[in-house]
Parts: sequence; C-alpha cells; structure tokens
Amino acid sequence: MQLALRDITKRFGALVANDHISLTVEPGEIHCLLGENGAGKSTLMNVLYGLYQADEGQILLDGEPRHFSGPGDAMAAGIGMVHQHFMLIPVFTVAENVMLGHEATRLGGTLDLDAARARVREISDRFGFHLDPDARVEDLPVGVQQRVEIVKALSRDAEVLVFDEPTAVLTPQETDELMAIMRQLRDAGTAIVFITHKLREVREVADRITVIRLGKVVGEAEPTASNAELAALMVGRAVELTVAKQPARTGDDALVVSGLTVTDAGGQVHLDDVDFTIRAGEVLAVAGVQGNGQTELTEALVGLQQHVRGSIRLDGHELVGRSVRDVLDSGVGFIPEDRQIDGLVGAFSIAENLMLDRSTDAPFVRRGAVQRDALEAFARDRLTEYDVRAPGIHTPVANLSGGNQQKVVVARELSRDLRLLVAAQPTRGVDVGSIEFIHKQLIATRDAGIPVLVVSTELDEVVALADRIMVLYRGRVVGIVPADTPRDVLGLMMTGERPSGVSA
Amino acid sequence: MTLTPQASPAPEQEEAPRTPADGQWHHVMRTVTSGNALVGVLAVVLAVLVGSILILATDAQVRETAGFLTARPGDFLAASRDAIGGAYGALFRGSIYNTRAADFQTGIRPLTETLKFAGPLIAAGLGVGLAFRTGMFNIGGRGQMLLAGGAAGWVGINLDAPRLVQLPVAVLAGMLAAALWAGLAGVLKARTGAHEVIVTIMLNYVAFYLLFYALSSQSILQAPGTVNPKSLPMDQNAVLPKVLGDRFNLHAGFLLALVAVAAVWWLLNRSALGYRFRAVGENPHAARTAGIDVGRTYVVAMLIAGGLVGLAGVNQVLGTVPSGVSTDLDAGIGFDAITVALLGRSNPLGILGAGLLFGAFKAGGFAMQASEGIPVDIVLVIQSLIVLFIAAPPLVRALFRLPTQEAK
Ligand SMILES: Nc1ncnc2c1ncn2[C@@H]1O[C@H](COP(=O)(O)OP(=O)(O)OP(=O)(O)O)[C@@H](O)[C@H]1O
Ligand SMILES: [Mg+2]
Repeated sequence: MQLALRDITKRFGALVANDHISLTVEPGEIHCLLGENGAGKSTLMNVLYGLYQADEGQILLDGEPRHFSGPGDAMAAGIGMVHQHFMLIPVFTVAENVMLGHEATRLGGTLDLDAARARVREISDRFGFHLDPDARVEDLPVGVQQRVEIVKALSRDAEVLVFDEPTAVLTPQETDELMAIMRQLRDAGTAIVFITHKLREVREVADRITVIRLGKVVGEAEPTASNAELAALMVGRAVELTVAKQPARTGDDALVVSGLTVTDAGGQVHLDDVDFTIRAGEVLAVAGVQGNGQTELTEALVGLQQHVRGSIRLDGHELVGRSVRDVLDSGVGFIPEDRQIDGLVGAFSIAENLMLDRSTDAPFVRRGAVQRDALEAFARDRLTEYDVRAPGIHTPVANLSGGNQQKVVVARELSRDLRLLVAAQPTRGVDVGSIEFIHKQLIATRDAGIPVLVVSTELDEVVALADRIMVLYRGRVVGIVPADTPRDVLGLMMTGERPSGVSA
Repeated sequence: MTLTPQASPAPEQEEAPRTPADGQWHHVMRTVTSGNALVGVLAVVLAVLVGSILILATDAQVRETAGFLTARPGDFLAASRDAIGGAYGALFRGSIYNTRAADFQTGIRPLTETLKFAGPLIAAGLGVGLAFRTGMFNIGGRGQMLLAGGAAGWVGINLDAPRLVQLPVAVLAGMLAAALWAGLAGVLKARTGAHEVIVTIMLNYVAFYLLFYALSSQSILQAPGTVNPKSLPMDQNAVLPKVLGDRFNLHAGFLLALVAVAAVWWLLNRSALGYRFRAVGENPHAARTAGIDVGRTYVVAMLIAGGLVGLAGVNQVLGTVPSGVSTDLDAGIGFDAITVALLGRSNPLGILGAGLLFGAFKAGGFAMQASEGIPVDIVLVIQSLIVLFIAAPPLVRALFRLPTQEAK
C-alpha cells in the first residue's frame, strides 16, 4: 500500500511542529526520516497514526484521502506503529498485549486467548522471533519487548509500518536482527517508515531518506551519502563526527574502586568484586551489553544502591555508606541513564530543573528561600551556553525534545564544582549535532583534570571518548584495555571472553 | 476513537516517563490533582446543572405539572422555573446577601456565615493539597482534626493563663497534635513503605476512639460529673475573638486560614522546602537521584499538612463551637477538604476559592432547606458531582468540546 502525506501542518500553540510536510512511501520501500531532536518526526507519525489531528493537509492511502480520528481507525486502515516509548502493559502476557484493542471473543464474551497465542506463534515463527506467548512482558528484556511491539503491529496485517526510534534501547546485535526483519518485511511488500538518529543504520537499510529540519522537509538524500553529508543535512552545518581530543594529561589516582560488590534486595549479585582506578584528567569508558552491571555500577558510585560492599574512594575519601546528598556534595556529577525517570522533573521548568540537586543552599537557596533572580540568570546563561532549543527558561522540560532535555541534564551537572563525573548513556536518543556538543563538554571536563566515567552501549561512543576501556560481563570486569583496542577484541570481551594478553 | 488503551494514550503522555510499579497510580493522581482551572469551573457548572435536574425531580409542583406536560406545557415550565429559581435564590440569600432583610446588617449576615464555614475548609484543604503536591493522598483529615480539637480543647479548658498566652498555646497545641498524627503516617510511609491512604484512613478510627476515650474519662476531658462524652466549654480566654462584633458569628479562625493561605503559597512557590515537596511529588525517582531525601520529605510534608488540618480542628473547637469538645467536632470537614483541595487544584489560591464556594454551599444549604423545603442533601449531591467531574476531566472536555491537552 502506498502512503502519501500531503502538506501536513501541525501546530502546538505558537509552535509549528510540522510545516506543510509532504512525504510518499512506496510499498516495498524503507523510507528513513532523519532530523534533529525536535524537528517534528514523532509529531508527523502521530498525526499519521491518528493520535494527533493535523491542522492542515491530507493523508492518502493508495491515492485515497483518509481521515483517522484515532489509532483504531489507523490500525483498521492497515497502519502499524512501533512507538519511541513502548506502549505495552507490563503485567499482561505477550499474547494478551498483542490482542489488546482487537480482542477476539468466543460466544458469551470470554476472551479467545488461544487464537491470540496461535497468532503470536505464527508471526514469531515467520520472522524467527522465538517469543513465548505466555511470558509476562515485564519479565522480558527490552530487546524482546521491542519484538512484542513489532508482533503487535504485524498481527493486524499492517501494510504500512512506522518504527519511531526503535533502536535507541537495543544492543548492536538486537539492532542488526531488527534491521534484518525490516528488510524481510520490505521484501514482502510492506511500506516502512524508519526514524533513527544513528547514521550507520540509515545507510544500512534505507531505500530513500527524507530530512526534516524545524518542521519542514529540507531535502532528500541518497542512501549512498556519507555520514558527514547526512549529518550536515540534518543539522544545517558541518558536524564533527569524531571527537577531537588531545592525549590525556593524567594526574594522580582520583577514583579508586576496590572489591565493589552490589546485590539487590533479593540477594542477587549484580556487580561482583569490581576493581578499577580512574586518574585525574582521564576518561574511563565502560563497555558491555546492557544489563551486565553498568547501571548498578553508576548507581553505586553516587550512593543510590542499597546493598554495597567494598570501597569507593574519591581523592582519598570513602564514598560507600554515604547518602546521595553527601556524595553529590563531595563533588560527584551524575548524568543518569534515563533522563526522564531519574534526571528531570517533567512538569518543572528548565530553570527549576537546573537547581534540582542544589536545593538546600547557596547559590540558589538562602535562608530557606529560593533565590529566583540568581536562578533565572543562571538558567539564561546555561540556555545560551548549551544551546538548549526552548522558548524560554520557564518552559516545562516535558515539552522539550529528547536531545534538549539531555542538554539540560548535562548543563546542570557540569556547572557544579566537580571532582568526578559519572555519565551514563550521555547521548541516548540525541541527534548528531547534540552528540558532538555533549562529547566536547565531556572531553573539556576531562581536560580540566576531572576523572570521568562514561557508560555507553554504543561502541562508537566508547571508542570516541575513552582513554581506557573497561568491559563488564555479568557483573565482573573482563578487562581494562587501551582505547585503541581493536573492535573485534572488544566485541569478544563483551561476550565474556578474555583474549590473551589482556589482564583483568 | 475506539478504546485501545495501549495504542491511544493521551497524547501528552507520549514522552512521559515509564515509571515502574506505582507509576500508574502516581499518574492518575497527578491528573486528578492538577487538572486545569477551566475544568474545575466547568465541573462546578455541570454539577449545578445536574443539581437543578434533581431539584426538579424532587419538587412536588413540577412532578404534578409534568403529568399533563403535553396539554399544558406552560404550567410545567413555570413550575420548573419557580423550583429552580427558588432553590438557587434561597442558596444565594443564605450564603451571600439576604435580599429580604430589613437592614444591611442583617442582609450581609449570610456572607459572614459563609466565611465562617469557609475558614476550616480552607485550612484543611491546604493540608490535603500540600500532601497532594508532595505526592501523597491525605485521607486522614478527620482523625487529624479530632486530635487537634482534643488537644486545643484540653488547653482551652485547663490552662489557667491570660488570654495572650492561653489562646496561642491552645491553637499551637491543636496544630501540633494533628501534625504529629499525620507525621506518623509519613514516618510509616518513609520507613516501611506503608501506603498513606490505608494508614491515614485507619488512623481516623484510632483518633476517633482516642478522643472518645478522653471524653469519657473524668481525669482527661470529660466534663466533671457528667456521663456524656463531652467536655466543658472553652475558657473565655481561649475562645477565638469575634471579628465583626457580637452580632456576627465570624471569628478570627477565618483570618488564621487566610494567613495559612499566604504561608502555604510562599512555602510552595518560593521556599526551598516547598521546591523539594513538589519535586518529590512530581518525580520521586529524579528527586532521589538529585540527593533529596524522599522519605524525610514525606515526613516533613505530612507534619505540615497535619498542622494545617489541625488548624481546622482548632477553628471548630475554639471558634465555631466553643461549647465543648465532642467526637463530631470535625463536622465532615476532614473529607470535604479533599474535594476543596481537588477543586482548588492543590494550589493555595485555588483552595481559597474552593473553600469559599463550599462555605457558601454550607451556609446556603441550610437556608435552602428552611425556606424552600429542598433537602439539604441536594447540596451534598452537587458537591459529590463536582468531585466526579473533576476526577473525569476527559468527560468534562468532551461535554464542552474543549480541545484535548495535546494542544496546550
Ligand atoms: N504535546 C506537545 N505539546 C507542545 N509541544 C510539543 C508537544 N509534542 C511535541 N512538541 C514540540 O514539537 C516539536 C517536535 O517534537 P517531536 O517530538 O515531533 O520531535 P522529534 O523530531 O520526534 O524529536 P526527537 O528526535 O527528540 O524524538 C518539539 O519542539 C516539541 O517540543
Ligand atoms: Mg521523536
């Protein structure tokens, strides 16, 4: 089925999120949408899916104008969508989630779960998904949840499929599998819209590429275009895709972690006897497939984990056993891996979010009162310095696009007097222009003589930022290696193997 | 739009955090407690409309004329007009200005009654609203008021001191008792994770029986030589002074409530403590990550919330009903406060407005019953409908064809 969007315009108050966007997606084609954070990609797809109503413009399916007053209509017309944030019900099983919204019932109104199970099996067999229809969704890893989303979209015989940043939370392997599935679907004649910020993926699967900037289509690109060309089209200027950095000028050992063991309330071990050291002015990047203890490591460093044994010494002071407040006050900056859950208060303004971890004393609080003038001046400076695209410092951060939200977190953490920076997934869901900016800030922090710990599932990012790389597997350190270690060696280490010549 | 919850979230949720476990409840609570002002106003309008229908349905004259509606529609319409006009006219005369009064002093008396009733509603509404803003549902208003009344009453009867000492001590004792009582729920939540809804409801019963016990014990609060669970009247030195002279019942409790409005406004919007309350209420995960002690914040918020609700109890015992402490001193205010806080969107100025409205309902409801024979329950129905409509903003939006929040 051919999908055509004609002159779609969508406004949020004064903001024009989509400005006369036209787009055609042919059957059997993977059409990539590229654009900066806040360019209006998700908005356009939500208009297509009936979640938003367009202020102007038309949606045509095989040349027929269609109107969708809700996702139900869109689904019935053969449109499926895999959302940027999953829309699954965690306590339901896979089969229950898949049939939700078009529940088949038997006589008397009982649910026909068997039919749903059979459907799940049929589809997962077709694509080699290995999904258990009776598994509860909350027990599944994100990569598998992603598949449930896809099966759900496919179970309604979607002829147009939208993938909105499906790979942001996937491991490289899972991403590769997903792209294989997309090709399979395309070859079967499905029209696919694919949104991502990762240029490698774009070049790998895209048949056509449309670039959106500030709500407008600014052009098409060939799948053969180079990363640099694509990046420049997206951002409207040349982007440095590799981080320019001098060799580290390292000082003394600043952070010394020894025998660090983290368990959860149930006694399960997430981090097992981890030792490492970061020197002043050095970036240690942690690589590894997600779920191998990275989250627990960063949380333990800032005091967010409850059951911690071992020792974490920062400039000679023990951090284990101290409260989060104490740890932050001793100069630890923390960029949490999930900005929306742990990093920001969505309903708060940008300014309010900038004082989130400094709400007890100077400079933003004096004698119990918030110093609004000081805060606003500070916020205005950070807005300019970090190029946060927002109407003003009083805009609620929930209304910012992902990349701009991330900049607010980075701005807040980097504008304190730091003695250690812990950055988890610092560029997740962030566009190339903002990645360049955030990487520069991280390196500048390093060059100011501060030890930096970066955790990333993106090998590119790890390699770009690291002075040394630590690989975690099942809560243990596989090895700590120089930044120029070949990728295949790193890949091997990420599966738990320790190549010869590497010491733990 | 078909009902497919997984695929059709309210659009503003698109980028909302996927919070674990209690996130769902948290989200519902935030939607209910922070709807926009327009929805609140429309909820009141709708509730009054539905109230009108009920008035018609219960009016004998209207029912009679409805019997020959087709033959003589004019009679039916006239009867309906009389019934509704009479009801809301009486409500107005009972709550704002009695147009049938001989002189201005008598005419304005209903307004002062409205203010008198509004005082404790505002104070308790602030207590509930402050807890809302910190992410907690304080259903314990009744228990907190009872203990506040007991403590303030005890001081008001037994402390033999000049007015300048006895009155403030009595007020503070009441607020303190309620603060500690609510703080207990906060501590249990912070320490053990016990849900404050359950705990505060249960503490209502405990408080009731504690007060009942105190009022039945000669050695504590019971009036000497009596057998009823009631205390002696307040010492004259402990009674809140009348504000407009002895002709009016309005007492200084209303002024205290106004001071509380200003104080809570400052606390929430200008102070660092209030900032942390809001941060914890909006996103406890981010608050914890930013080094805010979430448990402690819950406890402090509940202490202050309890103190505010306590002020309502004090208001009753030392102001509105100084004739003695009894176990019904809360007069339903502890629960009405929840509605007031909801209608006021947990914002101090909104709560002030909602408290005044509910005070007017209280004052006017009696007049409506007295002069028109309309059951006072109609007012209760209207109040309940307001809650219903506020709790269902999508319904109100749909009825008035308001744009969804997407476009805000
Ligand atoms: N519900 C909303 N209310 C107000 N503004 C909104 C709303 N949703 C999106 N916006 C604004 O519209 C613009 C486009 O947002 P959109 O989510 O479509 O961007 P995007 O291209 O998907 O970005 P990202 O790559 O970060 O996901 C942004 O400026 C955003 O702040
Ligand atoms: Mg998006």
